[in-house]
Amino acid sequence: MFKIVKKQLLAKDIYLMDVEAPRVARAAQPGQFLIVRIDEKGERIPLTICDYNAEKGTVTIVTQIVGASSRKICALNEGDYFASFTGPLGHPSELTLLCKEDLHKKHILFIAGGLGTAPVYPQVKWLAKQDAKADVIVGAKNKDLLILQDEMKAIAKNLYVATDDGSAGFKGLVTELFKDLVDKQGQKYDIVVAIGPMIMMKFVALTTKSYSIRTIVSLNTLMVDGTGMCGACRVTVGGKTKFTCVDGPEFDGHLVDFDEALRRQGMYKNIEKEKDCQCLVRLDKT
Amino acid sequence: MANKIPRTQARERDPKVRATNFEEVCFGYSPNEATLESTRCIQCKNPRCVAACPVSVKIPQFIQCVKENRFADAAKAIAADSSLPAVCGRVCPQESQCEGACVLGVKGEPVNIGKLERFVGDWAMDNNVETVKKTNPNGKHVAIIGSGPAGLACATDLAKFGYYVKIFEALHKPGGVLEYGIPEFRLPKERVVKREIDNVRKLGVEIETDVVVGRTVTVDGLMDDEKFDAVFIGSGAGLPKFMGIPGENFNGVVSANEFLTRANLMKAYDSDYDTPIYVGSNVAVVGGGNVAMDAARTAKRLGANVSIVYRRSEKELPARAEEVHHAKEEGIDFKMLTNPTTILGNDIGWVTGLRCVRMELGEPDASGRRSPVELKDSEFDFPTDVVIMALGTSPNPLIKDTTPGLESNKRGCIVANEQGATTRPGIFAGGDAVSGAATVILAMGAGRAAAKAIDEYVKLKS
Repeated sequence: MFKIVKKQLLAKDIYLMDVEAPRVARAAQPGQFLIVRIDEKGERIPLTICDYNAEKGTVTIVTQIVGASSRKICALNEGDYFASFTGPLGHPSELTLLCKEDLHKKHILFIAGGLGTAPVYPQVKWLAKQDAKADVIVGAKNKDLLILQDEMKAIAKNLYVATDDGSAGFKGLVTELFKDLVDKQGQKYDIVVAIGPMIMMKFVALTTKSYSIRTIVSLNTLMVDGTGMCGACRVTVGGKTKFTCVDGPEFDGHLVDFDEALRRQGMYKNIEKEKDCQCLVRLDKT
Repeated sequence: MANKIPRTQARERDPKVRATNFEEVCFGYSPNEATLESTRCIQCKNPRCVAACPVSVKIPQFIQCVKENRFADAAKAIAADSSLPAVCGRVCPQESQCEGACVLGVKGEPVNIGKLERFVGDWAMDNNVETVKKTNPNGKHVAIIGSGPAGLACATDLAKFGYYVKIFEALHKPGGVLEYGIPEFRLPKERVVKREIDNVRKLGVEIETDVVVGRTVTVDGLMDDEKFDAVFIGSGAGLPKFMGIPGENFNGVVSANEFLTRANLMKAYDSDYDTPIYVGSNVAVVGGGNVAMDAARTAKRLGANVSIVYRRSEKELPARAEEVHHAKEEGIDFKMLTNPTTILGNDIGWVTGLRCVRMELGEPDASGRRSPVELKDSEFDFPTDVVIMALGTSPNPLIKDTTPGLESNKRGCIVANEQGATTRPGIFAGGDAVSGAATVILAMGAGRAAAKAIDEYVKLKS
């Protein structure tokens, strides 16, 4: 059992929680995820790790209410427990494999969509610790759905905001803001890391491809166990089948078959509707 | 003559009724049936059944106890060698082990050792028989990775030797394949698996769930930071294989592991649980092992018409004879000598059918089985909504990738000798993680052998 020691409302229907999980907190690295289970009859739900504190033994997650399972998570309060809080899973971000000098030479841009801001945060924070501050684009529907802005501002080199309705920052899509930065504002990037809804990652990858900028995406596929056992998370990358949970979650965005990934993500949608739940679908999708 | 008595058959649920629910198929023996069957054993001086048992259960001894109505003593006789009699009595391939070696089988039918073992295991649990006593602790600590058959058997013996044993389990429930793989109708979870694991716990063995060794902690971390004197890796073979044919990533194509995990561990068949599962109207299961039978019979119970597609003939099916028999009784269609070449789908990416070729059997291959050869111009399609791939599994690379110096072979199996010693001192391994996918009882045998080797290693070191 894993105790929730802090719960905070970040935006409408979006909650941050600190959870006591000393083993996970000690082992977590940027880019990894975990699997939570609310109670005995609940799903195994993959969530990205937003932050971790090895000394306190806590791990931070951010959840948005999109269906029955996420509603159950968000209904938990400080002092309540998760039945499971398993991880960290998947490979750490490939940036963590680069040495300091290499990191200093690279111009890195993160593109976060919606709840994708949460998993982007630990990566930007880790880079800041290596004195390799990165630029960050955060996209959201409107200004009320922006999260972790102050935290991100404190660690990013530049923080750019795009909203669909223009209620904050640039009015338009993150891909349009990206083009604006590169074409009009003279920004140069060597690596783009995009984390957000599958459809956003697809279009970011398409856009950066025309600029020949290496692009890493972190996939939010269906999963059951998260340890390589089930294969529900299969994705085609460069013509080969990969398991997101053990081979990823990060892949080369220019090689991912996003149309297949989008289709596979919806496999249980009808059944879930029948059961009035959004089980198994990672919650950082819109 | 004892062997004039016909083999006592265990009562089973009506195939038509049981194919619609998840209740256990076989009722098992009543005390009277067990006693009757036990009289058939002729108590061989050199019991071939014991030699054929991977954990060397003293079979004539426990059967003699049953014959004398001393069921608690029978349980104790088994417990000396096996901590999971109610499990093994249900899932062991007895026909190729103990019963296959039974001398009565030469001219007639062998003693029904499996059903007798199951009876004793169930009776002991129902009557709270304390089969083993806790030993005085020796102050040494052993970590076991995986709470499946190999890990549980290893833990049991080590605890009996006086070790403090902690099992680390990646999933949220202990049991490994007993929990996620084998279906409820063949191996009840609450009544059998949980209770037998509770008996292991009674020996003082601790189980920590939700720990993925290789990610949450490493093997070296367990030895260096958590001060375990030795580690046993019984992490099984959990990685599903796919065929690599076109269409395999269409929606509706799942591994047997995924399908069974949803149904067993995540209880998708129970509407109280949140787990979704999809079977459509027609399901094709590719493969011929126990896992294929389990997936097929589970899909049947969820309401689908089910076909098993296997490239060899029925004689070569690797599944237990009883499972094939039960599957047929329940109305599973067997498409033998058939091999899929393409999975067909529609324009929204869902499976619509399976393209197959017919096969014939050629010369025996290295395994001694006749290898199937494709028949020319025999291609045909048949419609299906779901394809379940039950082609076997291989070990998860997580532990070998995160444990420097731990050698593995080309198939991804950890290299270990007969006693379970790996290429790293203090690290032992056994079960499917070493052999590749095999049986519950072989994994238990490997766990026991490793427990002995670990004891010798720790004693030598200290």
